[in-house]
Amino acid sequence: MPQIAQLAETYSSQIFWLFVFFGLTFFVIGRGMVPKVMDTVAQRDQQIAGDLAAARTARDAADAEEEAWRVRENENRAAAQAIIAQAKAEGAAASEKKVGAAQKRIDTKVAQAEVSIDEARNAALAEVESVAVEAAQDIVARLAGVIVTKPTAAKAVKEAMAHG
Amino acid sequence: MSAEQAKVDPMHQFTIEPLGGSQGWEIAGYNIAFTNSALWMLITTVVLFLFVLGGMKRELVPGRWQMMVESFTGFIDSMLEANVGKAGRKYVPYIFSLFMFILFANMLGLLPLGIVGIHPFTFTSHFTVTGVLAILSFTIVLVVGFWKHGLHFFSLFVPQGTPLPMIPIIAPIEFISFMVRPFSLGLRLFVAMMAGHVLLEVLSSFVIDGTNAGFLWAGVVGLPSFLLMVGICALELLVAGIQAYVFALLTSLYINDAENLH
Repeated sequence: MPQIAQLAETYSSQIFWLFVFFGLTFFVIGRGMVPKVMDTVAQRDQQIAGDLAAARTARDAADAEEEAWRVRENENRAAAQAIIAQAKAEGAAASEKKVGAAQKRIDTKVAQAEVSIDEARNAALAEVESVAVEAAQDIVARLAGVIVTKPTAAKAVKEAMAHG
Repeated sequence: MSAEQAKVDPMHQFTIEPLGGSQGWEIAGYNIAFTNSALWMLITTVVLFLFVLGGMKRELVPGRWQMMVESFTGFIDSMLEANVGKAGRKYVPYIFSLFMFILFANMLGLLPLGIVGIHPFTFTSHFTVTGVLAILSFTIVLVVGFWKHGLHFFSLFVPQGTPLPMIPIIAPIEFISFMVRPFSLGLRLFVAMMAGHVLLEVLSSFVIDGTNAGFLWAGVVGLPSFLLMVGICALELLVAGIQAYVFALLTSLYINDAENLH
């Protein structure tokens, strides 16, 4: 077993060179390079965390923006509804006024027409009366040979007409 | 080794040989020959350096290589965070170096470079190496423990809720189990690595000798051994990872004892 057989002659060189090369490994690689490698990893983790945080804030901002937009939108919609309602009310009032005016015009026209109808009827009745008076005079004259004056005839006709 | 003996010596692969006439190098009377073991430590360090270097592009969106390196650092980081907590982060450089150094050493030692005539040397199969790493981890635990808690660190040997009369019995047991830690840590890795390599070598000697012994033995011994070797190679790759992980995990658990004394 060379590990034991050569122990006396080789232990010092083994220990010496192990210290040299393990020392190099420790100081150059372990102390010099490994912290840099781990630094890079830490930096990357930090970057990822930062990016995630930034994304989160951006998303929150977008959410807030959307919420504000929704509120604004609702307000605008309410305002539009109010304008529409007002316009509707105004329109209704205007049309009511117009309808009222037209109604009034129609009413006066109807009243005028009724008056003229009444006049016409009265005129016609008067005509009928005068015709009846003349007819009554004529009839009396022919049947009784009596000549009645117009006012008398008229009075008789009027009485007859009043009694129907 | 005579000609009749097995042509494959399963222990030969662990022999340490000085390279390029460096066997005379000395510092203060201690030999520091640049051996094949040291060469593979160098190769491990260089390969590990290149591996981590490929992950240093510091891109925001990592490529495959960077992803691989980052998953290793993240693995060590989360292991320390799970076992030690927030205070464990400062041990990432040490545990990462330990884990990757052992992992790469184990993996490189398994490379089938023998086919092209280069013999990989698994320096984690030497207890001089694993022992030093274990003592290093143990020293860190002691330093951290006494630095943070002072003499109060000795209360580690008295588990929480121990009845007073039991303390004289429990404390020595806890002390022994604590002192055994560096040995178990170092021996576990050394034994696992050595056993795997010996097993592969023995099986390969079966394949070679069986095949040389004729057609019949090639079928009865050589082929089954070869198939078993393929499976055990896969198992050894798994063991290489697991042993590196166990070493790093136990070290972080021991550091947890020192960092968060009950």
